[in-house]
Amino acid sequence: MSFEHAFDVDVRRKLGDATVGATFTADGGLTVLHGSSGAGKSSGLAMVAGLLRPDSGHVRVLGETLFDAAAGIDVPAYRRRLGLVFQDGRLFPHMTVRANLLYGWKLADLADRWIEPAVVIEFLGIEALLDRRPRTLSGGEAQRVAIGRALLSGARALLLDEPLTALDPARREEILRVIERLRDELKLPMLYVTHDREEAARLATQTITVERI
Amino acid sequence: MNAAALTAADWQVIALSLKVSGVAVLATLPVAFGLAWALARWRFFGRVLLDALVHLPLVLPPVVVGWALLLLLGPAGPVGGWLERTLGVTVMFRWTGAAIAAGVMALPLMVRAIRLSLEAIDPRFEQAAETLGAAPARRFATIVLPLAAPGVLTAVILGFARSLGEFGATITFVSAIPGETETLPLAIYSALQIPGAEARVWALAGVSVLLALMALAGSEWLARRHGGSGGRVL
Repeated sequence: MSFEHAFDVDVRRKLGDATVGATFTADGGLTVLHGSSGAGKSSGLAMVAGLLRPDSGHVRVLGETLFDAAAGIDVPAYRRRLGLVFQDGRLFPHMTVRANLLYGWKLADLADRWIEPAVVIEFLGIEALLDRRPRTLSGGEAQRVAIGRALLSGARALLLDEPLTALDPARREEILRVIERLRDELKLPMLYVTHDREEAARLATQTITVERI
Repeated sequence: MNAAALTAADWQVIALSLKVSGVAVLATLPVAFGLAWALARWRFFGRVLLDALVHLPLVLPPVVVGWALLLLLGPAGPVGGWLERTLGVTVMFRWTGAAIAAGVMALPLMVRAIRLSLEAIDPRFEQAAETLGAAPARRFATIVLPLAAPGVLTAVILGFARSLGEFGATITFVSAIPGETETLPLAIYSALQIPGAEARVWALAGVSVLLALMALAGSEWLARRHGGSGGRVL
């Protein structure tokens, strides 16, 4: 399939009195969505993921239209194949780490499974955690499992919503390295929301500033 | 207190009570879950009214509930008349009527327990599941139900205990017919009316205490096992 951009996004939505949204195109590699807090970066990401419905605009990922207000297209989030990594990890508390990792894997079509659980577990160094419950994990461990869970769901791109915010400096460094390796070794297109300039400078192959509309 | 003190008639009362309460809870559970879901998750016109209606059996005198069931389900009532004409079924003076009375009285407690556990579920877990490819039915089965399970089990235990103790609505609606509608509390009450039947009162009261303690212990055990969240309603 040929396409011009990995992400082609133009979304608007009224939230209360404000209108939030973002317009950008992004290529492969890691694209940082940068902007002051309240500018709507996270809402923009939720609209790309399909968790928040835009009032207008379009979302195209790797050439496939996932949302187009004018054409009446709105692919539900569970069919978008976009891995979303949340600020707080959001691991399922009633499942072991292993069950969390395999949750999306079991739901993915065979053809969409582009990476094996064993590879992800090794890549993230989480062998020792597999039988543990999420509440016993440190912030950094939980975030690694959350990244693995998203990768295994057959995601064709990753969306990361301030994934380092809840972590202490040592854990941050650990996750930063994981994300760099995702960018360099797996060549996975990523949208990365942050308000931290250092983080942005270190990770970005491309930076897009999201302005308040 | 030992089993030898229980007569065949006592065992019949106990068996009937367990049957009535068991059926009442099982039949009420899906209704209670549906109502709890609607009250916890949906915003609709008349929600406050529905909430109040569900709670009515908890705050009304049980005799009034029994009388309302009589009006509704009696042979002259809109539902009772229809049942008799179309299906030839009547619940009056039948154990099924006792189960209906017990179920209606247990409903508010069960809805409360389930609703609390549903409201305690962070909807963001369902969002996470959605981004991982889970359609609505799968999210319900793999995220909502397991996380609500302690509340559902608590609802079953509380509902069962409430049903076992049901008196006012039952005696008003289906009377106290030995072998058909005379459950534990009704049998204890009628034994109290008979001079010299104290032994039966003691025996049946003992059984009631035992069953209640078992229900409480079960509820407490579940609450502890699940870290206290969602499992506790009282």
